[in-house]
Amino acid sequence: MSHLSERPEKPVVGVSMPHESAYQHVTGTALYTDDLVYRTKDVLHAYPVQVMKAHGRITALRTEPALAVPGVVRVLTGADVPGENDAGMKHDEPLFPDEVMFHGHAVAWVLGETLEAARLGAAAVEVELEEKPAIVTVGEAIAAESFHGARPHMETGDVDAGFADSAHIFTGEFTFAGQEHFYLETHAALAMVDEGGQLFIQSSTQHPSETQEIVSHVLGVPAHEITVQCLRMGGGFGGKEMQPHGFAAIAALGAKLTGRPVRFRLNRTQDLTMSGKRHGFHASWKIGFDAEGRIQALDATLTADGGWSLDLSEPVLARALCHIDNTYWIPNARVNGRIAKTNTVSNTAFRGFGGPQGMLVIEDILGRVAPQLGLDPIELRERNFYQPGQGQTTPYGQLVTQADRISAVWEQVKENGNLADRKREIAAFNAAHPHTKRAIALTGIKFGISFNLTAFNQGGALVLIYKDGSVLINHGGTEMGQGLHTKMMQVAATTLGIPLHKVRLAPTRTDKVPNTSATAASAGADLNGGAIKNACEQLRERLHQVAGTQLGGNASDVRIVEGVARVLGSDKELAWDDLVRTAYFQRVQLSASGFYRTEGLHWDAQAFRGTPFKYFSNGAAATEVEVDGFTGAYKIRRVDIVHDVGDSLSPMIDIGQVEGGFVQGAGWLTLEDLRWDTSDGPHRGRLQTQAASTYKLPSFSEMPEEFNVTLMENATEEGAVYGSKAVGEPPLMLAFSVREALRQAAAAFGPAGTSVELASPATPEAVFWAVESVREASAEGAEGSAVGSTALSNA
Amino acid sequence: MVSARITVNGKETPIAPDAPHTTVLDFLRERGLTGTKEGCAEGECGACSVLVARPGVNKPTDWVAVNACLVPAAALDGQEVVTAEGLATPGADGTPATLHPVQEEMAVRGGSQCGYCTPGFICSMASEYYRPDRCSHDASEAGEADAEHGPNGFDLHSLSGNLCRCTGYRPIRDAAYAVGEPAEDDPLAQRREQAAPEPVATSYTQGDSTFLRPATLEEAVQILRDRPEAVLVAGSTDYGVEVNIRSRRDTCVVAIDRLPELRELRVESEYLEIGAAVTLTEIERRLDGTVPLLAELFPQFASRLIRNSATLGGNLGTGSPIGDSPPVLLALDASLVLASADGERVVPLADYFTGYRQSVRRPDELIRAVRIPTPLSQVTAFHKIAKRRFDDISSVAVAFAVDIEGGIVRKARIGLGGIAATPIRSLATEAALEGKPWTQETVDAAARVLRGEGTPMSDHRASSLYRSAMLGTSLKKLYAQTTEAVSS
Repeated sequence: MSHLSERPEKPVVGVSMPHESAYQHVTGTALYTDDLVYRTKDVLHAYPVQVMKAHGRITALRTEPALAVPGVVRVLTGADVPGENDAGMKHDEPLFPDEVMFHGHAVAWVLGETLEAARLGAAAVEVELEEKPAIVTVGEAIAAESFHGARPHMETGDVDAGFADSAHIFTGEFTFAGQEHFYLETHAALAMVDEGGQLFIQSSTQHPSETQEIVSHVLGVPAHEITVQCLRMGGGFGGKEMQPHGFAAIAALGAKLTGRPVRFRLNRTQDLTMSGKRHGFHASWKIGFDAEGRIQALDATLTADGGWSLDLSEPVLARALCHIDNTYWIPNARVNGRIAKTNTVSNTAFRGFGGPQGMLVIEDILGRVAPQLGLDPIELRERNFYQPGQGQTTPYGQLVTQADRISAVWEQVKENGNLADRKREIAAFNAAHPHTKRAIALTGIKFGISFNLTAFNQGGALVLIYKDGSVLINHGGTEMGQGLHTKMMQVAATTLGIPLHKVRLAPTRTDKVPNTSATAASAGADLNGGAIKNACEQLRERLHQVAGTQLGGNASDVRIVEGVARVLGSDKELAWDDLVRTAYFQRVQLSASGFYRTEGLHWDAQAFRGTPFKYFSNGAAATEVEVDGFTGAYKIRRVDIVHDVGDSLSPMIDIGQVEGGFVQGAGWLTLEDLRWDTSDGPHRGRLQTQAASTYKLPSFSEMPEEFNVTLMENATEEGAVYGSKAVGEPPLMLAFSVREALRQAAAAFGPAGTSVELASPATPEAVFWAVESVREASAEGAEGSAVGSTALSNA
Repeated sequence: MVSARITVNGKETPIAPDAPHTTVLDFLRERGLTGTKEGCAEGECGACSVLVARPGVNKPTDWVAVNACLVPAAALDGQEVVTAEGLATPGADGTPATLHPVQEEMAVRGGSQCGYCTPGFICSMASEYYRPDRCSHDASEAGEADAEHGPNGFDLHSLSGNLCRCTGYRPIRDAAYAVGEPAEDDPLAQRREQAAPEPVATSYTQGDSTFLRPATLEEAVQILRDRPEAVLVAGSTDYGVEVNIRSRRDTCVVAIDRLPELRELRVESEYLEIGAAVTLTEIERRLDGTVPLLAELFPQFASRLIRNSATLGGNLGTGSPIGDSPPVLLALDASLVLASADGERVVPLADYFTGYRQSVRRPDELIRAVRIPTPLSQVTAFHKIAKRRFDDISSVAVAFAVDIEGGIVRKARIGLGGIAATPIRSLATEAALEGKPWTQETVDAAARVLRGEGTPMSDHRASSLYRSAMLGTSLKKLYAQTTEAVSS
């Protein structure tokens, strides 16, 4: 067992406990960024001037009418920017644009004494536009060859030879939708200037260091003049990794120019129409199988809808390519990626970060072709799993370690979910119900953990022990509900050997831990936990020295357990508080900064090869659905999940992540429906589902009626803090089982062996049309034929 | 000027100087009660849920959860509000507060992750916790626990208006199903035994904007006659969206939700009369299933949070073609009682709508009541087609009320929503059914007629093809439901 993964006696990690802020959450006393406004005097409110056209050059921007509105203090425009007029890391995201690039693009911001005054001021600003043609969909972008950014190419084996060896070859296309984050707390920031002219910015951001960096370059001042703090977020899901920076820069600029605190908070409509989302993709593919259904070759092109600016589209696309294999060994693969440039919001990080999109392509292919191969989808998937001990590598050249876990979680789900019996029950039910069909589907995941870009795989922490024995920890990660802070407190208490109540955690601030990475890529606990452990170990070593002397033993024989220091083999005890006080009087430093870098990673983005991931996270889910043949409406009857989180740091929190991720994934794949106006009318490019009333998230009615989540046991991960694994993103992709179950239930309305194409999201309407196509094929007596809009060719 | 005030968590709080359009949400937040959150500002997410003391169905007072983002603060003049902050019992100086039982269950079971939606869930859950007729014994033994009801009688529909993006809901359900009965000395439980605050006649003006709450129907219709710019508001579940999302500002808003003349529910020999300002929750609980078609409608009508404020008068008054009550009321052959300073008139609902959000109601008239003739048809059904089962707007809604005697359809009434500029009755389909045997053949023929009704459009909710298809399949589904076991 590695030093990193080994747990001491009576560890606080591994204990199930509620979220560290749970009591504040339930009493309404937990503070979020915008709650601070009511505790701050003389705040100005910022309101965006959105232009409701998808594309056009600004020919005039008149702010005088706004200044005539009572209560309007100032209108911010590009002319006010002292530094660089850019809100992104790619220098393609002007904070105040000359060209409107998407419907709802903000071109100026109004500061008012009240929100109402700012709103009225924004409405009074006059913008003239020379309209330009707009590209709204990924399909239009492909047709117009409108792309931006990198064009990655991933290749392994001999693809042509693989197809030559194939007994069955299929081709197809698949366009699937993105997803709105819909964190319950919309984007918000509050900026203040201090007596030295420096800025303090409260921001709802997953990446305080980058918020600091962008504000710094917009204002043209060094980073040490900017402090960014994030108390907590009301959800992030990747939507606050890159997107908060420009908004925070607006508040900072307003504060700098007026000397007053400036607050902005997007309302829901603004947030939906201005901020980026999960990338929708287009995929075209050709796949070959041998006679037994083993994949021989895959040739695919993935096109991500990047929106108007690059944002994080390049790494998102890279991760999509890196996950097209999912749990399957593809000996010969050629996959090209490109990023469509469209006149829509700038698509960005979202839980899974391209991984779900890449995996959806292969899962969709397998779901579609299984009937044509004459195989049960479960059988087809199993035949293609990575096999342990055979040195199989991913298409980008990383050895697949722990391949045994792919089938371990799979087999356990079969057992937990009693799949064999239930499949028989479902067959009987379907035979007896002409208008209602049920189906059960099993899918698995393999998700790579670490940032693709190696440099981001570092974490920092600052741990302070006060002389009364209380401990304050700071780290670079942010809390968005995922329970990171809870886990970090457990890690600190474990390393120091003290009870959890001795540890308090301070809000994330850039002046405590510098140059942090985004809390993203599921890596928050791995990176920051490693750093906290490192800091606590330094402190512990110093305290062991003190304790050894006090207890009359050797420092290396000291153990601190549950707040009491002892020397091995001795009954003498020294309580933590006494130990700390003694150390203080002995002038021992009681603070330490910790650091962690993930070892063993390398990545060549040009060659698209390397070992970008520390390890893989695995899981499997079996979902049973019931479809109403009259309407296409469905319900999720039962879900069984077995997921690998290594040895859990905090089981209740991990199970919460698995369940929440699954339901969010089910929302993406079935319910959440981003609709853009693609007509040539006056509202072309407008997001039509721009409110909670039209963009529907899963509610209680989408919760599985029976929901069983099991964490894999004895799953120690050698390469991560206290043997744990990341959990944030992977469970989202377990929801493929919902989509595949819907496909199979639709197929059950026709004869056995019917292949079904299913749109994504698989809304009731989409499921209804899938059912209708099955019925039509059945009526035509075309047994085993492909149905849907895109025909599959069987070579 | 009489100052308007709300009792918040036991403390009287003036509404001034807020503007009359200020919502309860902003009113609370501006006074430091920031536990109440804005998630959507249109009554869809429930992050702003708070408890209001209202006249009860089974006890003098019910603790009713409402969307604070939709209700003008002035509408709660003289009323009592409790927020998530107010549910915890403050500790003595220097000691932590004692959590309310629903707070305790939510906290220890992992019911909160990011915590932003949590205070709203707490209030919705507390409202159900205090519902007097919530079965407090073991409902699973009584056979009353099902997919949507817990062993403690907890109705999951009470949380249908609350969205959580983090948890996937399972731990929230577990918390809801774990709460017991309120303790004897629970102050909010005790408060239910006393009368709810009376409505307060309100005249609240800031600048050129006024919020009025007349005390009687007579005063209300007089205002309508005198002030043509006056806007009627009952539950504010539609008006609040206009204010928040479309920045609607009016100079004169008239609240009619507490007018006694609009709050009656009477059973007459030939009809049932439901006051236009009785909330949907009150109708649901007071009728208790005696009008099966309404009983089928309510769980599908928006969310509990909305139904706690929304009224039939409001749903008909806005004249929306996608309201869920008009198809049902059309199938029930309902009429409306319109009142003005000149007196009352009764208009069949089938003659009420004249165009998109247009009706025969004159600007000086208000809807006083809805009349449903009795006896009711035996076979009724409400089919709502939407993306989401809880709290969604229908793309198509179809209501059926059919009498079948001796295998022959004697009478058929079919109300449709979502397929034309107004809710309509499908007279052609009714004709295709009446006098015919209730058989698959009759149904298939009538379904073809029904499928051709209206002028459905394609939008973000559904395509026109799907809407038309759903009209046809709805009748076939009804037939299947009457002839075989089909899950609804």
